[in-house]
Amino acid sequence: MNYVILSAILFTIGALGVLIRRNAIVVFMCVELMLNAANLAFVSFARMSGNLDGQVIAFFVMVVAAAEVVVGLAIIMTIFRSRRSSSVDDANLLKY
Amino acid sequence: MTAQEIVFLLLGVVTVGSAVLVVTTRRLVHAALWLVVSFGALAGSYLVLTAEFVAWAQVLIYVGAVVVLLLFGVMLTEAPIGRSDALDSGNRWAALAIATATAGVLVTVVVRGFKDAYLPPRPGGGTAGVIGSSVFRGWVLPLEVLSLLLLATLVGAIVLSRTDVVREPSDDHDDHDDHGDPADHGDHDGQGRGDA
Repeated sequence: MNYVILSAILFTIGALGVLIRRNAIVVFMCVELMLNAANLAFVSFARMSGNLDGQVIAFFVMVVAAAEVVVGLAIIMTIFRSRRSSSVDDANLLKY
Repeated sequence: MTAQEIVFLLLGVVTVGSAVLVVTTRRLVHAALWLVVSFGALAGSYLVLTAEFVAWAQVLIYVGAVVVLLLFGVMLTEAPIGRSDALDSGNRWAALAIATATAGVLVTVVVRGFKDAYLPPRPGGGTAGVIGSSVFRGWVLPLEVLSLLLLATLVGAIVLSRTDVVREPSDDHDDHDDHGDPADHGDHDGQGRGDA
């Protein structure tokens, strides 16, 4: 119960970071925080319901998050190579 | 108050505090290092929840791999190491309002929905053996899909980050950026700023 509240708060902090941060890598860190909050919710729901599926899903989420970080950093590096900036405000060619 | 609750309280305070520091610190590298603290405390929370395997996977994957990868990203994008005030965007108060509203909704829903759902933790709930038999009993297909996903990620990261690929001229306008010509970048920057 308390863990789920903690995970909600953590998710909110991560979302706040995604909203206010400008550097793409810090935005990534905040996305990782949100994923971890989801993981914590999974694990504590598994705890509450007494089976292991939530823990297995949390493990899967971790693997997918690792894959996401790898591809995301490759994309950030590609953007950095072409724009000389890792700020999310500069990657706006698709915006309008 | 049981010992378990005290440990949870300490870990929760550490997790939330370091997460707030990740979001608010002015130094990029410090944000990554506070992320280590936050993930470590979360691994402790998993341990308290008797999810041992997930806890060690958290330490290995997040603290060990993801944060190192993020630090490499900080290094490779020539990010400012010291204090930099341009790290936050201007819409801080709107973001704060949205975050507070989100937190209110989430916490309210969770408290209303799961008020009395609690099982006392029993030891040995999530050891590697139990998780392994659960994975290979009911989660075999997702596991295989996940391994394919990892393979695709590997190939995709290599394709995205290699620079010696000759692209079609009709591709996009960043097809000649592969050689790292500074004049090109200035050109693109000007164009991008003009859009904004």
